[in-house]
Amino acid sequence: MPTEIDRHEVQRLVGAGAQLVDVMPRAEWDESHIVGAVHVPLTKLADLASERLDKGRSVIVYCYDSL
Amino acid sequence: MSPRAAWRLESLGFAEVYDYVGSKMEWIGDGLPFEGTLSHQPRLSSLADATVPTCTLDEPVSAVCARLDGWELALVTAPSEPVVVGLVRAEALGLEDSRTIAEVMQEGPSTYRPHVSAEEMSANLERSPAPWVVVTTLAGRLVGVARPEAIHAAAGTGGG
Repeated sequence: MPTEIDRHEVQRLVGAGAQLVDVMPRAEWDESHIVGAVHVPLTKLADLASERLDKGRSVIVYCYDSL
Repeated sequence: MSPRAAWRLESLGFAEVYDYVGSKMEWIGDGLPFEGTLSHQPRLSSLADATVPTCTLDEPVSAVCARLDGWELALVTAPSEPVVVGLVRAEALGLEDSRTIAEVMQEGPSTYRPHVSAEEMSANLERSPAPWVVVTTLAGRLVGVARPEAIHAAAGTGGG
């Protein structure tokens, strides 16, 4: 079960080697994304996740807002 | 969207998956670094002066007045966190005033987030002029105070 975290925990986990993943569509990614994030849009997650992410490391996903 | 992505990643075999609930809007709203076409616009985060004087509710007006150092305002923050709870204007303070800040402050001043662009804020100030812009994070923590002149200049507008 995925764990919900706040930004302090994001910073801590990224510092420890976690992968930060932006799941927004391309246009939103191009406008803005967190420094160091990897782009894997939700609609292409199944196709791209194993190609762009390392299963051996923890993963943090984010989108536009908390809604 | 991110909860769905988190669950999907787990189903794809990722063992340790986290969902950053605040997501991009919280991150940018707190003035943290981001990239992309929007990141090149000047924003309140870079225009806010963090040296604005601060004080707490129970401080004597006279003590705060003595350390304004030319500022026309001081921001009132919570005792243990720099969360903005009020604002006092220099003109309302006097060196002989025996009252506390709580008695003279303006409650709940308007605040703006660090990610607001200079262009957006400049247009806002054209509609509703203000002598200064108080910038805080989403959680209300003080970032600083931005001057309208600096905002209009960064936006490339004349102001006024």
